[in-house]
Amino acid sequence: MSATQAVEPLQGATAEVAVSVRDLTVRFAGDAGDVTALQNITVDIPAGGLVTMLGPSGCGKSTLLRAIADLVEVSGGEISVLGKSTGEARRNRDFAFVFQDATLLPWRSAIDNVRLPLEVGGKSAVIKAADRPEDLLELVGLAGRAQALPHELSGGMRQRVAIARALICRPRVLLMDEPFGALDEITRDKLNEELLRIWQETGTTIIFVTHSVPEAAFLGQQVLVLASHPGRVRELVTVDLPQPRKLSVRDTVDFMRVAAHLRSLLESC
Amino acid sequence: MASVSDTGPTDAATTDTERKARARRLAWSNRLPPALAVVGIILAWQGIITLFGVPSYISPSPGEVVATLISQAPNLWRNFVPTALESLAGFVLGNLVAVLIAVAFVHNRTSERAFYPIAVFVNTIPIIAIAPILVLIFGNGYTPKVIISGLICFFPTLVNMVRGLRAVSPQTLDLMRVLSASKSEIFWKVRMQSALPFLFAALRIASTTSVIGAIVGEWIGSNVGLGALIIEATYNFRSSLLYATVLMAAAWAVTLFSAVSLVERRLITWKPGSVH
Ligand SMILES: Nc1ncnc2c1ncn2[C@@H]1O[C@H](COP(=O)(O)OP(=O)(O)OP(=O)(O)O)[C@@H](O)[C@H]1O
Ligand SMILES: [Mg+2]
Repeated sequence: MSATQAVEPLQGATAEVAVSVRDLTVRFAGDAGDVTALQNITVDIPAGGLVTMLGPSGCGKSTLLRAIADLVEVSGGEISVLGKSTGEARRNRDFAFVFQDATLLPWRSAIDNVRLPLEVGGKSAVIKAADRPEDLLELVGLAGRAQALPHELSGGMRQRVAIARALICRPRVLLMDEPFGALDEITRDKLNEELLRIWQETGTTIIFVTHSVPEAAFLGQQVLVLASHPGRVRELVTVDLPQPRKLSVRDTVDFMRVAAHLRSLLESC
Repeated sequence: MASVSDTGPTDAATTDTERKARARRLAWSNRLPPALAVVGIILAWQGIITLFGVPSYISPSPGEVVATLISQAPNLWRNFVPTALESLAGFVLGNLVAVLIAVAFVHNRTSERAFYPIAVFVNTIPIIAIAPILVLIFGNGYTPKVIISGLICFFPTLVNMVRGLRAVSPQTLDLMRVLSASKSEIFWKVRMQSALPFLFAALRIASTTSVIGAIVGEWIGSNVGLGALIIEATYNFRSSLLYATVLMAAAWAVTLFSAVSLVERRLITWKPGSVH
């Protein structure tokens, strides 16, 4: 599929590529020899797309996301984010990261946590282009809780604050590593819908790691299924469901077919 | 009116005055038991003295101690001031040095490997054994008492501060890296803040031990200060003066402790360890 797309972002004919991963290999030095977490991963994430990543535990989903975010050292291959190296993109705030637990600073109020990216990393040009923290809290539905400290918020609210913080510098790419993994199903459904709305409003490219087949199918335009030992691309599945999606789409036959296909891929991993 | 707790944190704005009133009631009901206990102990003390006819050179009655506190007020005050100043200076100095060294340790592993064993070694020498050495070196003035008081504060603060500065989750560090934060930004915005609860745990300990340090210093070589007064009162069998002096020392330690707790409550409004 899109694995055969051109490396150079082309105008017109093919969609622009936001994140391009070429032949990526990541090895970790361990006590019992090296562990190959990822081997020869090649994938293109289209600009403005929402790609979910699915795979058995330990297959390297987090590692791939962290490699894109310049958080792990790459052993081989290349990653480019908007045509830049990952380090350059990081310094330019081209991407933002949302972790599994919200990772808020517990001594800062919700709004001050959202403001954190404006206070560190000193790039005035980027920071000038930023949104107002108040607007972002409103975007994630927390306008009334701006002054609340993280321990006064529920898990779902904390994760919304984390999303607002990630969005403040208007990143062109949003990397999310099981952001809703620790939440109950009802909250997760609600945040899934909100994420789709935010994605449509902002046009941000999103790469979203999850353990949940329905979540992957509901959110993703494409689902990147990884296989483990070593981590490699199993298949890039295109989800042909209409946009904008509502939660009820999960009751359609089309959705169930996609989910069944993903499940069978996972079982054969 | 009575219970606002079951409405939960959702209607935050409405109940501020009620919350304050409730907090005040709670504070009173918290203070009542210890106050009653203190009164009970004092009554029991007075009772035992009169019941068994304990001579006052062995133990004075509470009444005698109060009388001495009043009659000896100028003498007690004259000796209180040096001790208070020494312990305060020792507290500030010892903790300041400990915090700075902790920062250096966290910044540079090599310096930690080099100096941590020395810090541990100094800590293992009983303060009673160091005191005469310092008095020999620095004479009878304030200096050795301040140093002893500072030394006694130093180690717990160093250990706690190092731990506190390191108590930052790897994920928070990942976040700061994604934000391209500099080392000093990480230090001021994350490490210092997350170390505060650890620091204050140590400062609470130091607030009382610093007074002990100053008094021990005065035992060895001094003719002023509460420590010197304790020695003098003991040798002259002036037990009520001795008790009055000890009370003064305890009152000062409690004052320091309360001051530290007050600042802590002001500075740390969040719940340490509650969120990751
Ligand atoms: N810092 C590290 N040092 C050594 N090995 C690591 C490190 N990080 C990850 N690994 C290894 O790399 C492999 C992939 O890990 P990764 O965390 O990317 O998996 P994952 O797909 O995100 O799993 P999960 O779904 O459980 O989160 C695992 O075998 C793991 O043990
Ligand atoms: Mg993971």
